[in-house]
Amino acid sequence: MFPANEALILSAILFSLGVIAFIVRRNLLYTLMSVEIMLNAAGLAFVAGSAIHGQPDGQVFFMFILPVAAAEVAIGLALALLIFKRCKTLDLWAIARIKEE
Amino acid sequence: MLLIMFYIAAIIAVVSTGAVIFSRNPVYSVIYLIISLFAVAMVFYTLGAPFLAMAEIIIYAGAIMVLFLFVVMMLNLGQNRKDEDLQAASAKALVLPLTFTTILAMLTVLALAGAIPAPHAVGTSSAALGKALFDKHFLGVKLAAFILLVGSIGGMHLGRASSTPDTKETRI
Repeated sequence: MFPANEALILSAILFSLGVIAFIVRRNLLYTLMSVEIMLNAAGLAFVAGSAIHGQPDGQVFFMFILPVAAAEVAIGLALALLIFKRCKTLDLWAIARIKEE
Repeated sequence: MLLIMFYIAAIIAVVSTGAVIFSRNPVYSVIYLIISLFAVAMVFYTLGAPFLAMAEIIIYAGAIMVLFLFVVMMLNLGQNRKDEDLQAASAKALVLPLTFTTILAMLTVLALAGAIPAPHAVGTSSAALGKALFDKHFLGVKLAAFILLVGSIGGMHLGRASSTPDTKETRI
């Protein structure tokens, strides 16, 4: 009845796209965005599992993922602003080199 | 009908997530991510979770992504801003996002008009979700409240004027 198995495949694809973004992009904002993509894919897997088993617990866990993502973004973006103020860049490799010196 | 909606939303989600990774301008990435979250909300609708679809649109696409957009525009990233400002007005850059949002909006209108009824689910309806959330998992609700409290305190602390590096260096 539900396209739940296809949704699990979709969540796997989205999660791997998030991992690729995490590895490929060097900008700090993109790493935060890829964490968002991965959290969202995990939530999609939870909702698909909830549809497969006919239990609301998976949806409840998506409701818990939402505040975690909101708090993570609030603190992460505040840290990114501070890092940009201090280092004048958000390039992660450049920031790592600054820390070594 | 529901399967067609699912496949359209899934294809849009995957393509726009790919566009998030490979677009040069951070503003475009954030906008593609908003489209991707919208499409995932459609997938939630087809999975029999209309409440979570609304929560996804309101909280993820509405609040979190607007915060991202705010910070991206505040930081003014990019090598040559002049070119990007010109690019932002070009029609070529708008084709893909406009197509995606049009398709998603049409699907939303169809769903609201009743052409695509939400799948009938007993165990995973919004009422069952509310009952499970505030009965079985009430401790988790309290923990979520603590997480939000800690997040807001942390954001406030990091954003204080005295915690900026300049003032700290002058104080030392």
